[in-house]
Amino acid sequence: MVSRAAAPPAHREWHRYTPGQRLIRFLSYLLVVAVAVWAIGDVDIIWPWFFDAPNAMADLFGRMVPPDFSRMDAIVAALLQTLNIATIATVFAVLLSLPVAYIAAQNTTPNRACLWLGRFILVSSRSVNTLIWALLFVAIFGPGVLAGILAITFRSIGFLGKLIGEAIEEIDRKPVEAIEATGASRGKVILYAIVPQVVPTFFAVSILRWDINLRESTVLGLVGAGGIGLLLQGAIDTFQWQTVAAILLAIIALVLVGEAVSGWLRRKVI
Amino acid sequence: MSAGGTAARRWRKPPLIRNPFLRYGIFLAAAVYVYWALSTLPFDWERIQEGLPRAARIFQGAFPPSFERSNLLIKGFVESVQIAIIATIFGLIISVPVAFMAARNLAPMPVYLLGRAIVIVARSFHPVIVAILFVKAVGFGPLAGILTLTVYSLGFVAKLLAERIEEIDWGQVEAVRATGAGYFTTLLYAVFPQIMPRQIGLGIYQLDSNLRASAVVGIVGAGGIGATLMNAFGRYDYDFALAITMVIIAVILVSEAVSGRIRKKIW
Amino acid sequence: MLTITNLVKRYGSDEPVLRGLNLTVPGRNVVSVIGASGAGKSTLLRCINRLVEPTSGEIELNGVKLTSLRGNELRQARRRIGMIFQGFNLVDRLTVMENVLSGRLGYVSFMRAALRRFPQDDIDRAFQLMERVGIAHYANKRADELSGGERQRVGVVRALMQGPEILLADEPTASLDPKTSEQIMSLLRSLSEELSLPVLINIHNVAEAKTYTDRIVGMRFGRIIFDGPPDSLDDEAMEKIYGGTPAEERSAPLPEGRPSRVAAS
Repeated sequence: MVSRAAAPPAHREWHRYTPGQRLIRFLSYLLVVAVAVWAIGDVDIIWPWFFDAPNAMADLFGRMVPPDFSRMDAIVAALLQTLNIATIATVFAVLLSLPVAYIAAQNTTPNRACLWLGRFILVSSRSVNTLIWALLFVAIFGPGVLAGILAITFRSIGFLGKLIGEAIEEIDRKPVEAIEATGASRGKVILYAIVPQVVPTFFAVSILRWDINLRESTVLGLVGAGGIGLLLQGAIDTFQWQTVAAILLAIIALVLVGEAVSGWLRRKVI
Repeated sequence: MSAGGTAARRWRKPPLIRNPFLRYGIFLAAAVYVYWALSTLPFDWERIQEGLPRAARIFQGAFPPSFERSNLLIKGFVESVQIAIIATIFGLIISVPVAFMAARNLAPMPVYLLGRAIVIVARSFHPVIVAILFVKAVGFGPLAGILTLTVYSLGFVAKLLAERIEEIDWGQVEAVRATGAGYFTTLLYAVFPQIMPRQIGLGIYQLDSNLRASAVVGIVGAGGIGATLMNAFGRYDYDFALAITMVIIAVILVSEAVSGRIRKKIW
Repeated sequence: MLTITNLVKRYGSDEPVLRGLNLTVPGRNVVSVIGASGAGKSTLLRCINRLVEPTSGEIELNGVKLTSLRGNELRQARRRIGMIFQGFNLVDRLTVMENVLSGRLGYVSFMRAALRRFPQDDIDRAFQLMERVGIAHYANKRADELSGGERQRVGVVRALMQGPEILLADEPTASLDPKTSEQIMSLLRSLSEELSLPVLINIHNVAEAKTYTDRIVGMRFGRIIFDGPPDSLDDEAMEKIYGGTPAEERSAPLPEGRPSRVAAS
């Protein structure tokens, strides 16, 4: 029963956020700006140099063209070595990460001690950067490819173990229930109900890590752990910028090939 | 209930690769590769054998970790944090226009190709290599680190943001355009709200990533705690190096936990 | 013969889901269990093969007390109990044959299972059963490529491969269309006769229960309140079992005339 001569609608406020939310948003903005101001103000750089940086880069770039491919055979050999380090280390890491993932997954770990051990291994492996691992192994085993392989392996175990462990935790429990109901022992339940569900993630993650490791292996040589990094460091130290350019182009080529191969593998296997 | 007369049928699990030649061929190729790779890789066995006793010495020297020079440690750590923050901010700011350039549904073809090329170049090089180049261009110190990690952030954030832009619900854009809104207003009301949560999530993730990476680019002279670590290693101060490494790990863990929490809240 | 005595299941300190059930299932009988959601049908079935741990009570199958077994003995007991599930619970990425053979996992060694080298007898039996239910031509297809009814038949064969002494079916037809549903119920019925197997079926389609089973057990709030042949399931009994479902009883009516609040977001 709405009367025709109704009064105009009462004046009602509308805000996008409640007062509480607005306060939080305001404080968050304030925090971000404060942090930014502190960081910019306090950092130990000379700001005019920052704005001069494009010039400096252009200058460096100018010295790199045209790239000098005369040492191509040494470059290709180093590239192959880099590829081998990455591949072999990834294979080792994949094998070693499986038991760790198993004990680090809440639904398959035998007991709490194993769970914490597994998590500890994964966390330490992931938190120490590949290059820092490389430093350590160079100090222990001396410069060379062994340090590089170990560094990549150790870092990859954390990456693989975490993702595979998460895949194990996310499986559909129903087939597990069914296989348990047939009277199968734990090992056979894992084999038939858990492993088939984890296989796609396993392959995806392994191929992804190989791709990443290819990139990581290119810099191992900078700390003496093998691969093309050594050549690169040498060229840079002797200011042979055109050779540096050639090496950089070779690295781009390796990375692009690696991406193509890993993309193809992913389509075929998964 | 015997179904009389069914002959015994054999069954084996069908192999992953049907063609037996292909299957054994791949095994063979893999074996040959492994053999070849291992034999061409130069192992200095003598030096390696010295490894275990060396390792023992290093670990002895490293325990207990020494926090004596903690002012150096803190200084290096603070610098790393600053580098990470600044690089993330600049990286996020630059990646928004680059992401729009690299999104097929918003950019005309030549712009799209340029955007994609920028992203690919930014991603192809390991940040350490980029750091070395910047160090050569602008000198040692955090400036090189900031520039390096800005490029690193750009490569990651712009790529993912561009993918998000390509996946937006076009219906919302059409609806806003249908009201007669101009180009930028449409962006503001229809596109930005769809990509902002992603951008913030990426920003937080990248801050965490940059914090880790800043530890590493310092190794080649781009400032931060990596430089401190490198010095310690160079002087065989393994106990200090262990202290630094522990701090790095602790910071990474805290940062990962915090960033994970915040991202969950925003999502 | 399955004998359940005074079975109680309680989760934490909540109300018990099963309140002292007593049930006997002789051989060669198809018994259906009906009741509203939350009556405890699923819990009852899962207590038998200990997928759910009973809080107290006794369950005995052909002379073996199931409730106190552990470890190896429990696994051996489970071999003798076949179960089929509402969601089929197959391993999607494995082939039909592997899913069927997984019914023998309680009998073969780990190595055989890993290498998929099952004894020829098992393979013969698998083909025989698959032909009986009509899925033999799917042997090497991935389980997730089959339709719902076909998948349930795989589940049935898997359960039968165990050589069970009893078959438990937890709402086996709930996810199937009516025609396929009847096919499965009819299959369970024939198999019960052919193999002299007692079958216990959870079901919510009372019409099917009446058509395909010999005896109906009605549950409500964790108690058995009806136990008899399908003919004696009249409207009065139905009302006792299903009338005024728990959800209705638990929620209070909303007060009249109060608009619900919508927070600005």
